[in-house]
Amino acid sequence: MSVLHIVNKSPYDRNSLDACLRLAQPDSAILLIEDGVYAAIPKASASERVQQALNNHQIYALQPDLQARGINPDNLIDGISLVDYDGFVKLTTDYDKSQSWL
Amino acid sequence: MKFGILVNEGPYTHQASDSAYHFTAAALRAGHEIVRVFFYHDGVNNGTRLSVPPQDDRNVSERWSALAEEHDVELILCVAAAQRRGLLDEDEAKRAGKNADNMAPGFQISGLGQLIDAGIQADRTVVFGD
Repeated sequence: MSVLHIVNKSPYDRNSLDACLRLAQPDSAILLIEDGVYAAIPKASASERVQQALNNHQIYALQPDLQARGINPDNLIDGISLVDYDGFVKLTTDYDKSQSWL
Repeated sequence: MKFGILVNEGPYTHQASDSAYHFTAAALRAGHEIVRVFFYHDGVNNGTRLSVPPQDDRNVSERWSALAEEHDVELILCVAAAQRRGLLDEDEAKRAGKNADNMAPGFQISGLGQLIDAGIQADRTVVFGD
């Protein structure tokens, strides 16, 4: 059963990304939206954990939310893919279910 | 595919109602069916027609109403959450002895069973909140 994990809080604010990474199964993916996109920034204190997670999971970031926060989509942690809202919808259909880490 | 959408956060709080709106609009654009958008907890505040945001800002409840009208999307407020927060349609206002109602067009008040039903009917349920 493949799961799309949706994380909407910054790892510098809440521990929802860490909880998600601890429990996510290898065939599941992680989508960063809203303040969750702060986890995509390289060379920060959470970057190593995200980098590590990329060995087991696809990680996506919502492009309009990066843009709203002035985060350059060309300068993210290597391996993170970008999606727009159409891509977000597509991801929810590609995986069997979605889990929002609220 | 059939989608159910759950919104647990009020408008102009963080970003959940905006994310939920953009997701719902994108799903409709892609030809998917929205079984229902269910507003729970502070999410019921999306359904007021008395909100008057600045003219250069988005109007969250009007935007939902327009989506409901254009695509025939069911927008449901949880009755218990709505009563606590003063979100009333005409019937609820009459029943509670209030002299006004504030439900935006396209929104309806119903019970939590509608959330369960959406979860059963839909192929995917996507949750937006704080």
